[in-house]
Amino acid sequence: MPRNKTLRILVAKPGLDGHDRGAKVVARALRDAGFEVVYTGLHQTPKMIVNAAIDEDVDAVSLSVLSGAHMYLFPEVIKLLRDQGASDIKVFGGGIIPDEDIKELEKQGVAKIFTPGATLESITTWVHENITSTKG
Amino acid sequence: MSKDVRDAFHRWEQEVLAPALSKKPEREQEFSTISNHPIERLYTPADVEGLDYQRDLGMPGEYPYTRGIHPTMYRGKLWTMRQFAGFGTAKDSNKRYHYLLSQGQTGLSVAFHMPTIMGYDSDHDRSRGEVGKTGVSIDTLDDMETLFQGIPLDKVTTSMTINAPATILFSMYLAVAKKQGVSWDHVGGTTQNDILKEYIAQKSWIYPPKPSMRLITDMMAFASQHVPRWNTISISGYHIREAGSTAVQELAFTLADGIGYVQAGIEAGMDVDEFAPRLSFFFNAHNDFFEEIAKYRAARRIWARTMKERFGAKNPKSMMCRFHTQTAGCSLTAQQPYNNIVRTSIQALAAVLGGTQSLHTNSLDETLALPTEEAVTIALRTQQIIAQESGVAATIDPFGGSYFVEKLTSEMEEKALRYIQQIEDMGGIIEAIEKGFPQKEIGNAAYLYQKQLESNEKIIVGINEYVETDEQPIPTMQLDPEVERIQIENVRRVKAKRDMAQVQKTLQTLEQAARGKDNVMPYIIDAVQSYASLGEICDVFREVFGEYHDPKWL
Repeated sequence: MPRNKTLRILVAKPGLDGHDRGAKVVARALRDAGFEVVYTGLHQTPKMIVNAAIDEDVDAVSLSVLSGAHMYLFPEVIKLLRDQGASDIKVFGGGIIPDEDIKELEKQGVAKIFTPGATLESITTWVHENITSTKG
Repeated sequence: MSKDVRDAFHRWEQEVLAPALSKKPEREQEFSTISNHPIERLYTPADVEGLDYQRDLGMPGEYPYTRGIHPTMYRGKLWTMRQFAGFGTAKDSNKRYHYLLSQGQTGLSVAFHMPTIMGYDSDHDRSRGEVGKTGVSIDTLDDMETLFQGIPLDKVTTSMTINAPATILFSMYLAVAKKQGVSWDHVGGTTQNDILKEYIAQKSWIYPPKPSMRLITDMMAFASQHVPRWNTISISGYHIREAGSTAVQELAFTLADGIGYVQAGIEAGMDVDEFAPRLSFFFNAHNDFFEEIAKYRAARRIWARTMKERFGAKNPKSMMCRFHTQTAGCSLTAQQPYNNIVRTSIQALAAVLGGTQSLHTNSLDETLALPTEEAVTIALRTQQIIAQESGVAATIDPFGGSYFVEKLTSEMEEKALRYIQQIEDMGGIIEAIEKGFPQKEIGNAAYLYQKQLESNEKIIVGINEYVETDEQPIPTMQLDPEVERIQIENVRRVKAKRDMAQVQKTLQTLEQAARGKDNVMPYIIDAVQSYASLGEICDVFREVFGEYHDPKWL
């Protein structure tokens, strides 16, 4: 069976916040850049996101957090992926996240955090260069 | 006269303009607003030929209120300077409110944290990581009492940015007033309570649209009888704009929401003049100076005409589009953040020249974190400088009669009316929302704008032009990491010491009211006074009304 090389990305909005402008704009840009994009919709718990990532067989998860809850939500998604034996699914994301928190999140396994002002091009380029297929 | 003007314009184009252009072309082929609305080189009396002063502008304080809703505007009373604030526990926010009032702020505006907005207590599993982050954590009446400690509710008006659980926070506020010995007819303020724009833009909903509308009409009916100075809904374009809409979309979808509430009130059996005087609006102030001013003027004209001609309102107050304005959070940059002071000043000036009744100016550091006290003070001072130093508050609607501003006002009105008609053709705003119409229009505008930034078609200083590479970070506010633990202890303590039998009794009668047709407000007030928590009351409604889930469009 030939493998489908198109990378699949789950774009997710974890937590209670509903501001989805960033998530949706990034999702559209990733789709226009040739990735397969699955969007979770709003108000997702880390568990819902990890289940969706596994069910949808994605190569990476992109989280958008603007509510200040990033220090709980990002690590929780990473932990649950690890618990499910799915730590080959990379986690990246963006939002209103201070520099010192970015350093800490990267230490905890977040592949990349984009902050306000990041261009869509910088995001799609990063995904091209850093996300590889999880399917062997 | 206008033929003379047209002749003169034509002559000028040929004799003066053409040679100038051939020597030096203009900077752009076409000019447009930030929302891509085309802007001409020059506006003359010929552009406002169709405008009838009495019919389309009128005097301030007179129909159709294009020039302002008050006969004296800021000569009589300045706008209310109302900074949106809230973080951490009720105790933390109470301290900030006392500070803001001591600095000359004239009204309060409460920001709630996400769990309160979404109807969960701080000790709920879904609240983890979110407690006190984007606003103040309010779980029970006990928190609300702390929040307004030392603040007399008959002297200060309060705006509360709360939507799905608005009836509950309003009930808590009334309960605090009662404890302070303030009678409800002396209580003034606003609940945002605009659920329609939540489905469209901000997306903090709990229940489906129809039962949500019932909660709103119950509150309108209750307040019109018992709390006559309360603005029951603040119909909000702010979040629509922040979600990426154009100025015209903000105008159109906000007024379409307003029409939806008026219809719902009438269908619930109220007379339009019974509740419409207490409807107020909330707009964004974005970067494009004249487009914003025209937007506010168009909003007043459209609303006045809609209320009078379509809904048959008789009370002039029902026809007045009173509004709060907040400068555009989405326009601020994390890069070179001090530039945000300048952006906010320009936006605030537009809001004032557009005739706003109250104003929030954003702080320079809000793309990084919650604002520091210093940043908030600069934001407040910005308003005070506009009010006291700039001279713009000395006369009414200073741009009235400007060929450009009048033309732009009329154009925005026409474009907005076209959208409103499209929504009517779908069956109204709820049907349009169910079809995803406003949501998709906004999503498309947001994506287009981002692409225009990336192709440098639109410029943001510090983002795609005048970029600095080695910026020094600025100090930001650090929240106490213990807030979540402290607030969970607070709510557990309150829950442990209440009379559980009383709590259960009030929740049960509330459930019966929700299932029937009674106005739910008195039952909610009983429940909050028994220290039933916000989450418990929302659970009653979740059980009766069900929960809303978003369609997963991109």
